[in-house]
Amino acid sequence: MKIHEYQAKEVLARYNIPVQEGHVATSADEAEAIAQRIGKMVVVKAQVHAGGRGKAGGVKLAQTAQEAHDKAAAILGMQIKGITVKKVLVTVAADIAHEYYLGVVLDRASKTVMLIGSAEGGVEIEETAKTNPEKIIRISADPALGLGEYQARDLAFAMQIPAPLQRDFIKIVHGLYNAFTASDASLAEINPLVITKDGKLEALDAKIVLDDNALYRHPDLEAYRDLNEEEAAEITAREANLSYVKLDGNIGCMVNGAGLAMSTMDTIKLYGGEPANFLDVGGSADAERVTNALRIILSDPHVKAILFNIFGGIVRCDEVAKGIIVGLKEVQTDVPLVIRLVGTNQAEGRRILSEANLIALDNMDDAVKKVVEVAHSR
Amino acid sequence: MSILVDKNTRLLIQGITGRNGTFHGQQMIEYGTNVVGGVTPGKGGSTHIGVPVYNTVREAMAEAIPNTTIIYVPAPFAADSIMEAVAAGIPLIVCITEGIPVLDMVKVYEFVKGHGARLIGPNCPGLITPGQAKVGIMPGYIHAPGRVGLVSKSGTLTYEAVNALTLAGMGQSTAVGIGGDPIIGSSFVDILELFEHDPDTDSVVMIGEIGGDAELRAADYIKSSMTKPVVAYIAGRTAPADRRMGHAGAIISGGDDTAAAKMAALSKAGAKVAESPNQIPGLLGGLQI
Repeated sequence: MKIHEYQAKEVLARYNIPVQEGHVATSADEAEAIAQRIGKMVVVKAQVHAGGRGKAGGVKLAQTAQEAHDKAAAILGMQIKGITVKKVLVTVAADIAHEYYLGVVLDRASKTVMLIGSAEGGVEIEETAKTNPEKIIRISADPALGLGEYQARDLAFAMQIPAPLQRDFIKIVHGLYNAFTASDASLAEINPLVITKDGKLEALDAKIVLDDNALYRHPDLEAYRDLNEEEAAEITAREANLSYVKLDGNIGCMVNGAGLAMSTMDTIKLYGGEPANFLDVGGSADAERVTNALRIILSDPHVKAILFNIFGGIVRCDEVAKGIIVGLKEVQTDVPLVIRLVGTNQAEGRRILSEANLIALDNMDDAVKKVVEVAHSR
Repeated sequence: MSILVDKNTRLLIQGITGRNGTFHGQQMIEYGTNVVGGVTPGKGGSTHIGVPVYNTVREAMAEAIPNTTIIYVPAPFAADSIMEAVAAGIPLIVCITEGIPVLDMVKVYEFVKGHGARLIGPNCPGLITPGQAKVGIMPGYIHAPGRVGLVSKSGTLTYEAVNALTLAGMGQSTAVGIGGDPIIGSSFVDILELFEHDPDTDSVVMIGEIGGDAELRAADYIKSSMTKPVVAYIAGRTAPADRRMGHAGAIISGGDDTAAAKMAALSKAGAKVAESPNQIPGLLGGLQI
């Protein structure tokens, strides 16, 4: 789960990482009032779960409170990577002497929690990785022992942190590492971490991504979830315990299993169609789940045809067939369906479907070709 | 022969009295797997689905002498169950559980490695040596004994591929689901290595997906060390970047973890890359010696 910059900064502040004073506004008037209270030059920053906010015009300096009002008015309501900006962070504009990158990430390759630092902050780390890979320093924390003091020191020297600031920097490194592990994050990043002209270290921007699997033990962080940032259908899906991702095509798909669901999307594309979604209906494709999944798929007005691709392994095909029939009764639709149903008790499953005038195909490629043809003809 | 599980497997089931443990426990016994016992704390001394239940893995180890364990314990407790099995000295641990926090797995992985045990999963369908032992949740009947090894990150997609192989008359030596989480106990390379050295495996099917670099490492291994032919399939060519596609690990987050990049690397390494799961038997057929 992604959280906003202002929320990430709240988390970091709890670990004694210095962040600039700032507050969230949902209107231009509020932004003006905050700027007034701060009483110095401010930055107005769009709060959306998308990168590249600066490039999109979502981050603006404002000299006066009136200017903060106008900038906020321009940013609020703007679209960044398809998401409408509903909140801005109004925060003190720092006088920057130098920018660093500091991050903590779960590194899949080494299977460790890894510190990543670079003396070149303010640009995306992926960019630095491409252009100047030697400028990135990586240090893995020991899985059992955690982060050693010597490791934070190593990083300070490698990043050429000025001597008088090293103690503060090392505290920030530990703070970020502790924030990461205590929150069950998969990414915690300060970019840039700056030295201000008056010689202090400050976290100017922050990003935290949390591990969905661990949210159950962090109700406080779960409360950071911003439903404005998600597709309505994706919220409904999560509440129904279905894994759904909306895409841009017109062929809806309902599949059991994440791998097979991805493979179904790919095969639709392979035969000239465009998938409208990823949807894993799960191991037990019972009536309730099928009904919910159908509603979610059909809430997308672009869907012209739906493919059910079910490989009944442990779940029996006759159960799935019954689920499909109940689901179709619950959710009346004239969108054509193509059903591919194979596996345990497939004969019985198909008999049940045929009684409702539904035909199930056998082969995945044949079913995909069929649904692509149906979608094209509408 | 085969890899990891066979007629000599003595299986313990952790979480045997739960819904999944019970259902899949019965399925495994019906398939012919030698299940020697189960563990549910507090239910020791009873019998469940025909096998003895123990309070702890340590107790089970002393009395039932398992050499493999399968874990159906819920996510908040599963990491601890893996460590319990490792500490008791079980050499092969298969964890089916989905949803274990990834930072728990960082510690567990280190613990498993430090003790020289082997972990398959978590968030996987398990593994099967057709006709000998089923240690997982896959439908047994779609498999047939044979000489194709299969390793995959996905559940149903594996069943799809296995079914296609069986229908084409190509049986399997062992099919291993390694799991779709960011941190898993055994990688593609670990399993490819076992197949490479298994005298009863002639060729290997590898099924990967977006996210992480395990497929790229597999490509390196195929190129440098494999003599047996490999057919690969990668799911997720149409997946958008930065979105989790069901599996916790199936997320494109860099440049080289796309399906296209993985397919290119595998192809360059000498593997035959299938465009859809249905093409796997055809490509494999063309390779058979």
